[in-house]
Parts: sequence; structure tokens; C-alpha cells
Amino acid sequence: MKYSSQSVAKPYFIAAIGLFVGQILFGVIMGLQYVIGDFMFPEIPFNVARMVHTNLLIVWLLFGFMGASYFMVPEESETELYSPKLALILFWVFLVAGALTIVGYLAVPYATLAEITGNDLLPTMGREFLEQPTITKIGIVIVVLGFIFNIGMTILRGRKTVISMVLLMGLVGLAVFFLFSFYNPTNLVLDKMFWWWVVHLWVEGVWELILGSILAFTLIKITGVDREVIEKWLYVIIAMALITGLLGTGHHYFFIGTPDYWLWIGSVFSAMEPIPFFMMTLFAFNMVNKRRRQHPNRAATLWVLGTGVMAFLGAGVWGFLHTLAPVNYYTHGSQITAAHGHMAFYGAYVMIVLTMISYAMPILNGRDAANSNKSQVVEMWGFWLMTVSMVFITLFLTGAGILQVYLQRYSETPQAFMVVQDQLAMFYWMREAAGLVFLAGLFTYIASFFVKGEEARLTPAENVVSS
Amino acid sequence: MNQTFTKSMARNIFYGGSLFFLLMLIGLSTHTVTVLPERDNRQNITPEVALGKKVWEDNNCIGCHTLLGEGAYFAPELGNVYERFGRSKEAIKGFIKSRPVDGIPGRRSMPQFNLSEEELDAIAEFLKYSSEIDTNNWPPNIQG
Repeated sequence: MKYSSQSVAKPYFIAAIGLFVGQILFGVIMGLQYVIGDFMFPEIPFNVARMVHTNLLIVWLLFGFMGASYFMVPEESETELYSPKLALILFWVFLVAGALTIVGYLAVPYATLAEITGNDLLPTMGREFLEQPTITKIGIVIVVLGFIFNIGMTILRGRKTVISMVLLMGLVGLAVFFLFSFYNPTNLVLDKMFWWWVVHLWVEGVWELILGSILAFTLIKITGVDREVIEKWLYVIIAMALITGLLGTGHHYFFIGTPDYWLWIGSVFSAMEPIPFFMMTLFAFNMVNKRRRQHPNRAATLWVLGTGVMAFLGAGVWGFLHTLAPVNYYTHGSQITAAHGHMAFYGAYVMIVLTMISYAMPILNGRDAANSNKSQVVEMWGFWLMTVSMVFITLFLTGAGILQVYLQRYSETPQAFMVVQDQLAMFYWMREAAGLVFLAGLFTYIASFFVKGEEARLTPAENVVSS
Repeated sequence: MNQTFTKSMARNIFYGGSLFFLLMLIGLSTHTVTVLPERDNRQNITPEVALGKKVWEDNNCIGCHTLLGEGAYFAPELGNVYERFGRSKEAIKGFIKSRPVDGIPGRRSMPQFNLSEEELDAIAEFLKYSSEIDTNNWPPNIQG
């Protein structure tokens, strides 16, 4: 570790992984509810399980982004963190607030939660992904502002690099667009329209800046490629992300009451959204091919390449699959959407956080650069089990989606929703099986942290710089 | 990447391109907001519809259903449920009211929310209002 204050990243990473386990457990419960409709009913109805599943995902990714920032920024800025104490206080505030919210979801009916948290005063609850009580939302704003202040002050007093500036822009954007979660008009169309300013402009906008920045940082560290080259790539990638992604918002404005010119704008711009993701794939592979040193942390290298590939497949290819308006007319709000959502979130955001953890954790644990070979092998098993099972989850949901779209919307004799769902059961069972493999992969991944052994080091022969 | 394509060129494309398209998004959204009254059925937003949306949100209906195609994919689309239930608010209320507390063995079932008569009227009115929004002819058919 170059700067001792980087160590505040560690609790953030541990919390992220802990909440990740919770997310997957609830995912497995929901998967089963798809085929055994009364599983855990009425104690944990589907809507509650889904809320826990998606909210835990968001919260643990935020923990991951924060941990990544605390690890990266001191090193980029070549100075200690402005206030490690503030970082630790905010960690506990965020963890306790997050845990209380999840307990609230599980302990009382949602309507009761809305009542006791004062949703009547400023109604913001009950909208997809923004189910948190209003006070939790306010808490998130406070934590994120404190976090950005801490990161911003560190950058301000140290070296300003492209990586840290892009990261800061991404984080500020994250905070700014979250404010739209407090706008909840009675007019459903307006509500939906600006709900996307949180959801779309996060995951297909400013989060890509954070993703690009973490990717660039780890590639510099792992490959030793010149910073000038990496930063040029980073600028081009995030330029394409925002040039396509901002008006790409239009692909959500097809059928929610907004004017029909969005059919064209949304189709054209979102059809180009795979470009930045494909560039990320090229970026990762090019930099690793041009590496000027071998890095003993091979697991981290695997994660960084995996992110490049899976982000492109999940966000790029599976997004493109249903983004053109004439296609989306049939696939909108079907299992195709679910398929895309799963692989995109895993490939882009889960994997970039795990990339960062893979690179940083050995260093945070006091090693020079890497875990033992044994530990890395277990970690790579975790990588492959999770990644391959996520590919299968996506394929099975895509199969279910195609069949659903045909039976319910495309055929001459459209069938009712539940009649169709019954015919998809085989796909849902296979998805559930793949989900259990994912869970096993996650436990394998976690086990790798407990595998001891001497730090992996390069043999002299390996240490030859390739040119 | 090519040597003649410099980092500062890349930076300028990022700042220029992002700013331009952000302004485009803001401009188009502003235009959309001004023409929405022709499409969004706002003339039918009564206090009862407003209460219905509140009931919809306070019970996290979006956690299972889609509304205009957005939400969860566990239960039927409700943007057109008013049409599907034969334009009958009573049918909608009756369905919600009759959900068994302990569910249906082996099947998906909507929870029993114990809504008051006022809340039932409001949610039905909200779903009727939703069904009259101009959605570019979505969903493709009555099944949602």
C-alpha cells in the first residue's frame, strides 16, 4: 500500500461482498417463486424479495464504487486521503442505514413501512429500484455528498489525473441524477419520464465514467502501459458512452406516453450504445497484449479481461437485441428485458467492482501485489463459475422471453399472461439451477480470501518485459 | 491508437460531445414536457386518481407487475387491465378484494392488501386513467 489511508477501502469491499451474498440468496428465492408460486408466501412475497434483490445490488455496488474511489484516489493524487475518519464514519452510517432499510422491507408490510417513514410528507416510494423510504434516500444523498467532498478535497490538494477527474465527474453525476428520485409527480408519464433520469442516466451514463475510470486504473497497474495511452482510450470510451447514452435515454420513451419522435431518436442512439462497450473490450485486450510487465496477480488480469467481454455482451449485445423500437414493441417488459438486465449488471458493474477488489485486496492485506497461487486458482474458479452460470441465466431467460413474446404478443392467438408463464416453467427451472451454480461460484470466490500460502511471485524468466 | 490522434483531441471530443448531447437531451425533454398534455391524459387526473397512484406506490405493486411495460415481470401488465377486464372498475376491485390471505397452493397469487373501499375505488380509477394514456399503441394486444 502506497498510502496508509487507502486502507479505509477495505471495510467497504468487505461490506460489498457481504451484501452481494444477500442479493444472490434473494435472487435464488425469487427464481424459485417463478416456478413454485407460493414459496415463502405470504411471509416473503415476490415483490419484497425482488426489492431486496435489486436494492442490495445497488447498495453493494455503491459500496464497491466508494471503496474503489478510496483506494484509487490517494494513489492517483499522490497524497493521503483528506479525511480517513470521515470515510469510516460514512461507512457505518451507510451500512446501518442500508441494513435498517432491508430489515424494514422484510419485517413489516411495505404499506406500513411507507406510513411509519412518513412517505405521506414527501412521497417517493413504490417506484422500481427507488423503493427506499424517503428518509433513506435523504441518507443516501448525505452519505454520497460527504463521500464526494472527501474524494474531491483529496484530488484538489494532490496530483490531478485524467483517471481521478473522470471518476469525480462520474460520482458527481451519480449524486446529481439521484436527486430526480425526489421528483414524483401524480402525472404518471412525467413520473416515468424523469424516473429514467435516475435509472438510465446512472447505468447507461455516469456510471460508465466510473467504470471506465476503474478499468483504466487497474489496466495501468497491471500492464504498466504508458498512462498517456490509457488516458486517451479512456477519453474516447467515455465520449462514446455519453454521446450515445444521453439521447439513448429515448429507448425508454417509446411506449410510456412520450411523443413518437422518441421512437427514432431512441432507436438510432441506443443502437450505437454497444460502441463504447466494444471499445472497452478492445481496450482491455490491447493493453494486456501490450503489457510492459507481467503482474503476479493473474486473477485480477482475468477479471479485467472478463469485464471487457461480459460488459460488451450483456450491455452491448443483449441491449441491442431489443432496443430498436419495432422489436421493443414486442419485447418491452418481457423476460428479454430481465435477461439483458442480468448480464449487463453483472458484466459491467459487478465485474468491475470485483476487478478492483481482486487487484486491491491483496495489497490492503499487506502483501506486495498478489495472493498465493493457490488462492488465485480458487478465485479464478469463482470467476468462471459465476461468469458461466450468468451466461446460462441470461440464455435461459432469453429463451423464456422469446417464447413469451411469441405466445403472448406475436402469434395469431395471443394467450393470457399466466397461461404463458406456465408454459415457460422449464426455462425458469433451468435458470434456477444456473442461479444455484452462481451461488456456489460466489461461495468459491469468498473462500479464496481464506486460502493461505506464500505470495505468488514471478520467476526471473517470466519477468522479461515484452515489447 | 494512432499517434496523430492525440489525447487532447480525445478530451475535446469528450467534453464537446457530452455537453452537446446533454443539451440536446434537455432541449428535447423540454419539448416533450410542453407537448405532453396532448397525450398524457392529464385532464383526467382527479384527486381520486392521485390517491390511486399513492395506493399503487404504498403497496409496491410495481414489485410484481409492469405498468406501461415497466416494473417486474412476475405478474400481468396493468396499463391495459381496465380494457382487459371489460372496462369494469368493479371487476378490478373484485379481483383485488378476493385474493386469499394464504395464497394458492403451488401457484403465484397476489397478496391480500386489505384495502378500504375508498382505496379500491381510487386504484381502479388510477388504472382506468393509465389505460387512456397515448402509448404509441402499446401493448400489441389485449393480453398485455
